Amino acid sequence: MNPFTTRFGRAARAIAWRQLHVMVTKPTLILPSVIFPLFFFAAFAGGLSAVSAAPSFDYPSYTTFQYVFVLMQSAIFGGVFTGFAIAADFEFGFARRMLLATHNRSALIGGYAIAALVRALLVWVVVTVVALATGAEVAGSVGDLLGILAIAVMLNFAATLFASGVAMRFRTLQAAPLIQLPAFLIIMTAPVYVPRDLIEGWVATVADFNPMTATLEAGRALIIGAPAETLLALGVAGGLIAVMINWARTGLRRAEAAG
Amino acid sequence: MNATATALRGVGLGGVSAGTLTQVGYLARRSITRTVRQPILIIPSLVFPLFLLAVNSSGLDAATLLPGFPTNSYLTFALGLTFMQGALFATMGAGQSIAGDIQHGFFNRLQLTPLRGPALIGGQLAGVTLQGLIQGVAYLIIALAFGAHLEAGIAGVPVLFALSALVGVAFGSLGLAIGLRTGNGEAVQGVFPLMFVLLFLSSGALPRHLIEADWFQTVATINPVSYLIEGFRSLFVSGWDGEALGLAFGVALAVLAFGMWAATTALRGRMERT
Repeated sequence: MNPFTTRFGRAARAIAWRQLHVMVTKPTLILPSVIFPLFFFAAFAGGLSAVSAAPSFDYPSYTTFQYVFVLMQSAIFGGVFTGFAIAADFEFGFARRMLLATHNRSALIGGYAIAALVRALLVWVVVTVVALATGAEVAGSVGDLLGILAIAVMLNFAATLFASGVAMRFRTLQAAPLIQLPAFLIIMTAPVYVPRDLIEGWVATVADFNPMTATLEAGRALIIGAPAETLLALGVAGGLIAVMINWARTGLRRAEAAG
Repeated sequence: MNATATALRGVGLGGVSAGTLTQVGYLARRSITRTVRQPILIIPSLVFPLFLLAVNSSGLDAATLLPGFPTNSYLTFALGLTFMQGALFATMGAGQSIAGDIQHGFFNRLQLTPLRGPALIGGQLAGVTLQGLIQGVAYLIIALAFGAHLEAGIAGVPVLFALSALVGVAFGSLGLAIGLRTGNGEAVQGVFPLMFVLLFLSSGALPRHLIEADWFQTVATINPVSYLIEGFRSLFVSGWDGEALGLAFGVALAVLAFGMWAATTALRGRMERT
């Protein structure tokens, strides 16, 4: 059975289509999610490449090292920006009309998730082209690259579910910092600039327990064709999705109860 | 027509007189009170730069092992960026305040008073100056508590705060110009990412001579924010570096001059529109 012909599928497709239509007709909404990762890539890969000369920095290319970070970061921010759109839809009343018109209201989350994924895919294409043009090296096999893509897609889905949960609880754009801040914290306390064993102080401890660390390290290993801890990363991302599904569902219930 | 003419005369951009100073005093008191009463204006500008400082000083500590790195403490090195980041928050604070005044009608009421333009600009910047000083004190105390070193010693503290206040006012005047020109808080927020571009494409994370990418080194050399960061940093890392401090104060004064010109022009434009 084609999932897009079910009631759930049709509703999710319609919501995703609307989101993507808004994104295309209002470039100001998509530009930040494209420009920010490129900017981070330029600032980190360009400005900090000397750090790779530090003793014990054992990764072959700093540009590649930062490319994987920017890929995972944009996966998360694709979800974050979609959360802003959900909050705006609630604030301006459109989401309430969608709640009334949708038979299975979980389709709302499904639709937003599809839109978030398409948005992220667009960003990944742009970031990848720029990274390859500026010296990122890809030594992994097709299977390795599909592994990176799978991790990024799962992170994007988890972030969208998290952002949906917050947006549906507060139903206002003023909740944007509550979506953005945790995402920012989880991203920045992972091994962003150097491998984990070169991090000092409290961030080293936080990075050990940060789920983003496993996904980043697996991605960085896959891209150089030396897979390591891939299953752990997929498991962590899957665990995040499981937790966030519950978070998003309860958020949806709150939104329904608020009317 | 007469009311408009009176209003325009009232906010004229005449020379500084005792009356103007009194007006600056009133608006400064309002601006400072608003800053103190709304911790939400100060807290982000304290928390975010300190968080980034904490993350960077741990994550980039390995950079101190690079040959030619000027200190063995990345925390000490990174403080210049923290002070600069605080100043960029001042830009937003000043812009948001004046945009809020415009959106909520306070600015229109001011037009009905014999208030002078320089008083409005000067008064609005008082809160920013206070915010810059509070931030400076907080950054310094917290950084020293966590092991940072101020090479310039105790005599460097007033210079540090003077530079912090000057940079805060300079960037605050830019925020004021943006707020006056747009009259919209969201538009002011929209400029924030641009400020971050200036911050990140600078010598904030590594000394310029250690930046490997030629294009990045060129951008960092052109970017005036690099010189401001290096001025702050010199007090922590190298002590009394006349060139770095001279460049920092010079750039800050140039930004202030440009910001005041832009704010005055924007104020004049807004007067004509309303």
